[in-house]
Amino acid sequence: MNHLPLIIKREYLTKVKNKSFIVMTFLSPLIMIALIAVVVYLSQLNNDKQRTISVLDETGHLEGVFQNTENTTYTNLNDLDLEAAKALVKEREDYGLLHIAKVDSLEDISDNIKFYSEESPSLSIMSSLERKIEEQLKELKLRKDGVSIAMIESSETDIDIVQENFDGEKSSKEGNIIKLIFGGIAGYLLFMFIIIYGNMIMRSVIEEKTSRIIEVIISSVKPVQLMLGKIIGTSLAGITQFVIWVILGGVLMIVVSLILGINLSELQTPQQEMINQAMQSEGGQAFAQKVFIGLGNLPIVNLIIAFLFFFIGGYLLYSSLYAAIGAAVDNETDTQQFMLPILMPLILAVYVGVFTVIEDPHGTVSTVFSFIPLTSPVVMLMRIPFGVPLWQQGLSLLLLIGTFMFAVWFAAKIYRVGILMYGKKPTYKELFKWLKY
Amino acid sequence: MNDLLVADSVSKNFGNFKALNQVSIAVPKGSIFGLLGPNGAGKTTLIRIINQITMPDEGNVLLDGQPLKPEHIKDIGYLPEERGLYKSMKVGEQCLYLAQLKGLGKAEAKSRLKYWFEKLEIGDWWNKKIQELSKGQAQKIQFIVTVLHQPKLLIFDEPFSGFDPINANLIKDEILQLRDEGATVIFSTHRMESVEELCDHIALIHKSNKVLDGKLNDIKRQYKTNTFEVGLQSNNSDAVLTEIKNKFEVLPATFRNLNDDIKLNIKINENTSSNDLLTFLTSKAEVHHFVEVIPSANDIFIQTVKNN
Repeated sequence: MNHLPLIIKREYLTKVKNKSFIVMTFLSPLIMIALIAVVVYLSQLNNDKQRTISVLDETGHLEGVFQNTENTTYTNLNDLDLEAAKALVKEREDYGLLHIAKVDSLEDISDNIKFYSEESPSLSIMSSLERKIEEQLKELKLRKDGVSIAMIESSETDIDIVQENFDGEKSSKEGNIIKLIFGGIAGYLLFMFIIIYGNMIMRSVIEEKTSRIIEVIISSVKPVQLMLGKIIGTSLAGITQFVIWVILGGVLMIVVSLILGINLSELQTPQQEMINQAMQSEGGQAFAQKVFIGLGNLPIVNLIIAFLFFFIGGYLLYSSLYAAIGAAVDNETDTQQFMLPILMPLILAVYVGVFTVIEDPHGTVSTVFSFIPLTSPVVMLMRIPFGVPLWQQGLSLLLLIGTFMFAVWFAAKIYRVGILMYGKKPTYKELFKWLKY
Repeated sequence: MNDLLVADSVSKNFGNFKALNQVSIAVPKGSIFGLLGPNGAGKTTLIRIINQITMPDEGNVLLDGQPLKPEHIKDIGYLPEERGLYKSMKVGEQCLYLAQLKGLGKAEAKSRLKYWFEKLEIGDWWNKKIQELSKGQAQKIQFIVTVLHQPKLLIFDEPFSGFDPINANLIKDEILQLRDEGATVIFSTHRMESVEELCDHIALIHKSNKVLDGKLNDIKRQYKTNTFEVGLQSNNSDAVLTEIKNKFEVLPATFRNLNDDIKLNIKINENTSSNDLLTFLTSKAEVHHFVEVIPSANDIFIQTVKNN
């Protein structure tokens, strides 16, 4: 008798109706958004602070370099001597005093610049000052040597080698970055999913034991069906929660940014900065175009289908491992130690993906790891943007699903044997024999 | 075929431990079959084999003449000794779920549940969670779930544990009624008085071997010692006593009565009939009490286990 749909339904409904599940589903996005809003708000508070920086330039070479900005005002103290300037800055409670000492040659200026302040100045302000001075000195030096800015600009070249395979498919550096990002996102999602919901599956498998209903259930259904039903039902509950999180998070994000008037996209992350810089150096349009072309060059349909299959396959496989652990232990406290060994292959997969696949997407290491079931969901997904023959994808997927089925079967065996043990440790030989039942 | 369930030379090993050794039982249709034995004798293993939770190493089990197969699950209702329910699930939902696992349709399950809930007067529990019920209340639910799909074979492992005497009686009556309606019951317990009350047949398993089986009455006949409890009244009791002792084997008796002078267990040999004894006694004294001593299930259990 096939009870699978029934079991899936029960597992799903039990999880979804659970009070703490409901609370977490709706509370988590709130907490996350609140956290982000607070961080953004605080960082903006900091940025909004007005500061005055006094400049004492005894060389006169840096005139006009320090332009006032929204938050920073520069005052010129060139008429004063250093001691007087210091006293004044201290008295006015300026942010600090930038002192460029009088020297004879341009080359010596760089060694004689000091910044005096009450507290140690922030890193970003110092690097901004340094950049400004560097640029000015560089220009002055070039001019002294008889090179004009126009000459420099005209000599600047931008090389972007167009990569094309023999079938005429083009790709580019930007395309590779996109591929890397895509693979990274897939791996990261899988990682998160497993960490968040693996435990839930494990608990679900232990549930029958702690509530002592196991013998009633096991006399009605096959353990394999029970395992499969639990894994699928719990996974569906997880996906439900995740989708709600994404939607709710998105809506909340918009609402919060509207209410607080905070532009959340201003939250600067290193990646964004990199992109910004790239955009500045190449001109926004050209970059956007390249990204677009890069996206267009990806095998989109293949990717989406492969993503779905490998993501689900990978998730199910890791879930079944959690289920096997749940089947082997009697209570939840015994399970913590198993978490790391399970996550190890996944971490390895991400490393292989980031360090090897990008460098050599079709090399031996990449290829092998894209077939090993525990790492293939991440590695194969990272390889696919570089073009992987369909038979390889199919074979890898088949291996993945096969391993999943085996893991479920194995978990079911452990489960059944577990209830028959009378508190004595079986030998491996016996265990093997029991597996046959 | 008069036997619903036949286990033929079933053996089962757990590692080096032999849980069952060539055990054969035959459970007649419509009977209540007591499966008895000390703790760890192998009863639960046998029951699990019947429920296909585990497979025998040797031997086979026939249900209605057919070797056990997965479809038979719906023909068996099993109340394990180790039992429980999903704690956070509502009573009604849980019963429906478990009934459907046994192959019942949802509508059918619902109407039968309604019948049982009314019968056991627990209709208002439908939307309660199991964790809100007491242990005995949960046991009632468990009983309903076991019998709901009207299986041919019911297996109860210590069904009365956790019940107060009133509810135990209620469940006992239900079991008897199910038997009258045609179900066959295997009943495993350590409470010999309920064996006495309920069982038609018994089998006794001891140290993985079946040491005794058959109709309870036959077994009792087999174990009887032709002993009679006798209570007499006489003005000359010492003389009567001496006379009896000369003629028969006499043992002290412990039965309770009002004011008999002489209380004895008298054992007669096979050539003597109870009438002979009675005639002899009536000629000597006034007989107030004359009962054949029938060994109780408890006596048989202890005696058999000790002898093996």
